[in-house]
Amino acid sequence: MSIIKNISWRTMSVWARNKDVFFITWKTNFLPPFLEPILYLLAMGFGFGVLVNELPVPYDKFSYAQFLGPGLIAISAMYGTFFECTYGSFVRMHYQKTFDAIVATPISLEEVITGEILWGATKSVINGTIVTVVILAFGLATLPGALLIPFVALLAGLAFGSIAMIFTALVPNIDSFNYPFFLFITPMFLFSGTFFPLTVLPVAVQDVALAFPLTHVATIMRDFCLGTYSYSDLWGCIYLIAIMAVSFYAAIYLMKRRLVN
Amino acid sequence: MKDVIVAERLTKKFEELIAVDGISFAIHEGECFGFLGPNGAGKTTTIRMIQCVSPVTSGKLSVLDLDVSRDQRRIKASLGVAPQEDNLDPDFTVFRNLVVHARYFGIERSVAENRAHELLEFMQLTEKADVLIPKISGGMKRRLIMARALINEPRLLILDEPTTGLDPQARHLIWDKVRELKKKSVTVIITTHYMDEAQQLCDRLVIMEKGKILVEGRPQELIENQVGRFVVEIINPEPGMEEVLRGIGLSPEKASDRIFVYTNDRRSVRERLLNELPNANVVARDATLEDVFLRLTGRGLKE
Repeated sequence: MSIIKNISWRTMSVWARNKDVFFITWKTNFLPPFLEPILYLLAMGFGFGVLVNELPVPYDKFSYAQFLGPGLIAISAMYGTFFECTYGSFVRMHYQKTFDAIVATPISLEEVITGEILWGATKSVINGTIVTVVILAFGLATLPGALLIPFVALLAGLAFGSIAMIFTALVPNIDSFNYPFFLFITPMFLFSGTFFPLTVLPVAVQDVALAFPLTHVATIMRDFCLGTYSYSDLWGCIYLIAIMAVSFYAAIYLMKRRLVN
Repeated sequence: MKDVIVAERLTKKFEELIAVDGISFAIHEGECFGFLGPNGAGKTTTIRMIQCVSPVTSGKLSVLDLDVSRDQRRIKASLGVAPQEDNLDPDFTVFRNLVVHARYFGIERSVAENRAHELLEFMQLTEKADVLIPKISGGMKRRLIMARALINEPRLLILDEPTTGLDPQARHLIWDKVRELKKKSVTVIITTHYMDEAQQLCDRLVIMEKGKILVEGRPQELIENQVGRFVVEIINPEPGMEEVLRGIGLSPEKASDRIFVYTNDRRSVRERLLNELPNANVVARDATLEDVFLRLTGRGLKE
């Protein structure tokens, strides 16, 4: 467990570094997560959604826009973290040599990685919260369930951030991120019950989709937004925690292997 | 005098390559100690082991009486490191770079800001305080990297090739600052390719090659012991001159367009040489550390 031993509160100074940069350019950082879901809602929810007459149980009482809204929150949370902990972290690690500068101080490499993942998770919370506000403004979610969304976004962010950091530890160069994005993120984006319920898919494909972390994030968020939550959401949380723990450990291990020599 | 760094049979292996090969040295408190050597000699690897970012393969290395494999946080807290490459934070201004770096040391914000102002003054960067890193010159970046290395008031300052690529004014500024720091009894470790820099700054130094220490000592001692105080050079020699010099009992060294004769007795060597070779273009000068370096590591390219 030497990996955990080297992590202390000091990791927050790494988080704070990224937060400071984010707020220096906050105008450009806040606009995309705000505008993107509006575009998706207009096009998919209110445009394409008109063609959808009936959703399967348990969403049969809701409109397609109501179904889609929480999926957009989950997608925005995932992408926020994933971009941050792949391209963002890689640039800091490889091009800016920021990690090198930080490990020359009392901060350990484990704390650098943890701080990066925590910041990635923070991006998930920021994006998730912004989109939730948009969804609420369109009257597509209910309170108080929607107030819990930032916490789900945090958990999702920690899991996605750890997974992203594994890719960052493994890719030989920045262009190689095309592979995890094309082979992992894009299928997950499309087939995690984000745009349509998984029950319309063949059973074998449903099983694969259940392995995607985003499936559980989208389901939990939808259940909180629409008030359809049940015990199965608890299992979703436990699954996400497990994914997070394993990925976090792997990310630290692989990053140390890459950077300590 | 107290030793702040002690290395015993220190070794670093990368898969195939032995980068540092069982070297031993001790660095005294308050001195300026130099690591010299051609590229790939193991200088930076040694430095990286001292700053606890590269694990030791075998041997012992203690910094400030602490073991580099165990007390990394405590060692790093007392160290200031100015690396070779620019790893300043391009997302921040000059001033903010210092304050953010101070936060990694757990230094309180108000203290950090005061120190940042002082250090910018010290490195003559005050008027650039609010400029973003990509907008400042290479020389300013080097100065800022040095200022950043001082933000935690280190007992030990590591400068890895601090003046590479700088103009003479900027080099002299850095040298002046190193001397000022030495007066405040900060121990300074320098790696450099510039022999004049080492001669100017270092109290003691080692010359490394292929992971080993070739010689260790004070610059002047090394010059006297390794080559002698003077060098007599024949510029653009004619073929056969080298043999003539050997014939009269001198030991010349040939480079592409020069012959060097190292000696402690400049006048007699010069006279003997001119007696035998009246047409030779002869120059006599003081020997420098560069002569020691080239004699020990050879004149061929290292890469």
